[in-house]
Amino acid sequence: MFTILSRMIHTGILTEPLPTVAVGAPSTEALQRSLWKVLGRALCIRHVDAGSCNGCELEIQALNNPYYNIEGTGIKFVASPRHADLLLVTGPVSVNMEGALRRTYDAIPDPKLVVAVGDCGACGGIFGQSYASWGSIANVIPVNHTVTGCPPTPAALLAGILQAIAASGAEV
Amino acid sequence: MPMASTLHGSLANKLPSNVSCTHLDLGAVDWQSALTELKAMGATFLTVWGADNCGRDNGYSIHAAFLTSAGVEVLSHRIENVANPSYPSIAPLFPAASRMERATRDLLGIASTGPDRQPDQRGWYRHNGWPANTYPLRHNNPHLEPRAPNPGPDNPYPFVQVEGDGVHEIAVGPVHAGTIEPGHFRFSVVGEKVIRLEERLGYTHKGVAKLFETLSQKQGHRLAARLSGDSAVAFSWAYCAAIEAITAATVPPRAVYLRALALEHERLANHLGDLGALGNDAGFSFGLTQFSRLKEDLLRANLEAFGERYLFNYILPGGVALNLPQSVYAHLVHLYRALDYEVAGMQSIYDEHGGLQDRFRETGLLSHGLALSLGAIGLVARASGIGRDLRVDHPWAPYDKMATQMVLETGGDVAARVLVRFREIYESLRLCRALLADLSHNSIEATPVACDLAVAEPNRLGIGLIEGWRGPVMIALETGADGAVRRCHSHDPSWQNWPLIEHAIIDNIVPDFPLINKSFNLSYSGQDG
Repeated sequence: MFTILSRMIHTGILTEPLPTVAVGAPSTEALQRSLWKVLGRALCIRHVDAGSCNGCELEIQALNNPYYNIEGTGIKFVASPRHADLLLVTGPVSVNMEGALRRTYDAIPDPKLVVAVGDCGACGGIFGQSYASWGSIANVIPVNHTVTGCPPTPAALLAGILQAIAASGAEV
Repeated sequence: MPMASTLHGSLANKLPSNVSCTHLDLGAVDWQSALTELKAMGATFLTVWGADNCGRDNGYSIHAAFLTSAGVEVLSHRIENVANPSYPSIAPLFPAASRMERATRDLLGIASTGPDRQPDQRGWYRHNGWPANTYPLRHNNPHLEPRAPNPGPDNPYPFVQVEGDGVHEIAVGPVHAGTIEPGHFRFSVVGEKVIRLEERLGYTHKGVAKLFETLSQKQGHRLAARLSGDSAVAFSWAYCAAIEAITAATVPPRAVYLRALALEHERLANHLGDLGALGNDAGFSFGLTQFSRLKEDLLRANLEAFGERYLFNYILPGGVALNLPQSVYAHLVHLYRALDYEVAGMQSIYDEHGGLQDRFRETGLLSHGLALSLGAIGLVARASGIGRDLRVDHPWAPYDKMATQMVLETGGDVAARVLVRFREIYESLRLCRALLADLSHNSIEATPVACDLAVAEPNRLGIGLIEGWRGPVMIALETGADGAVRRCHSHDPSWQNWPLIEHAIIDNIVPDFPLINKSFNLSYSGQDG
């Protein structure tokens, strides 16, 4: 226990400020306040891999590391679409995942925010459209916001999520 | 390899490859006996793929690759029956081939035939997204491009049913609870205990084999890097190794060292991420926090050293995209020292944590015998006492000068797979330091970091084989005319190791599945193609 505690103290707090988005750089407190105003609680994100190469997943996972500390801003990932406010979708949509993506989208309560992640999510990327791929997420479900990049950096993902929230009416 | 060439009277040809590779062109009878011999000599099955050669030599072909003590052995067999193409199944001798044969049938309509029982007839890649009896890799399939009419809802997939008192099924996926890839797991359980698991994958099938045929030889590495994002370096290197071997290119030595540095960074990043996730899956979130910050430190160093966090665009045919900036050497030396110290500290915390070790030990056991008979490869095999690592067994440049140490554990449980990762981190850090020393002392020629490739002759087959962090990844590339790709088959080691989880989970409890699955950490996308 002593070694664990001393390592925690030695590591310190690494969390960095939130990235600057189009509407200005919100402080963590300001973001938490506006989330509270709109949702009355933390923003819950459900991620779906609709056929990605798993590169975007690695950067989404990085949002939880101590540098980006997404949970500290009042945003958390949830296991069920029923608990989610925002759907974060990666991939081109493979034809084998189309049905599962639609069902997940349907399971999210209104208003459904959808953020398409990565060049593949935005336009199909290198995979494009083929017998096995429908291309962009918007070809299958309505998309509110897109974060490009191959893969997008965690900072870009965080900025994209904040922009999607801002556009939905929260005063970020 | 003398065996097959003397026994079948067929002359074994050398294939262009970064490792020693021989090629045998066989008839159906010889194909079968070559399989038997390879089994007897303890070869490891790597992969099987087919090709539509109807336009060139009036038939299909089937190819299989094996790892032997001499290197890689590729068998080819020409299938003349165009109406009903088939070949003798590999799976009875090498069970790992079973799903790959199903995938080959979905893509090309080439069936495997068993001597006594029918191979599994269920589709693997084709769920219901394109019409039955339409095979994407056959040429002249215009109605498959670019969008197929969707024939309707998913076909029910006949999972094997387990019957008995108190047996019930738990269906998981394809969408999972975390930020991970999609796949379906069907558990048959009694109480909490799993008595059977059946996997159904193929959800992220993106048609990469077909896509390769639309790219030029000098573009293919971009797609190769995106077959499985966590193995971008391994796959893009394997692709480049194949085309460079075919064109007999001389890659600048500095680029070769930089590629190895990138490959070891990829190994480090994945092992660091896995060790954190494994701690977290056993309820030890401190482990995730610590390892995820170490991984982030490494990714930020990647950005400085290679120009990107994940190296999707770093390795290209003929070399690498960038030289190492002078400013980064001191930073990397410091990073390696810090990682060595921090990871060793974390290892002693993991080792001494009773609760963690209680979850890790004897969980998800994969015995040496089972791993051997089912053809395990890569990291998972090394945790079950099978000592195979291409960097040690068949070192290609620059590993031929690195004297890489094999990491071997015999436990076969989650704890052993954790330990292999810890020890491989130390070895990778040693390799990184040695590579960086060579790069900084100018002991190898400074600049350039890429060369031009000659135009490849058509109809040449080349093999690229690289030991990625998960295990050996392979690219089999056949050239077309005017710099086109005629056929490109990619192989991820997850193919071999996915079925092993079905065995490792037996008699464990359902809540241990995430932990066991993470200890394998296999790629869905790499397998799904």
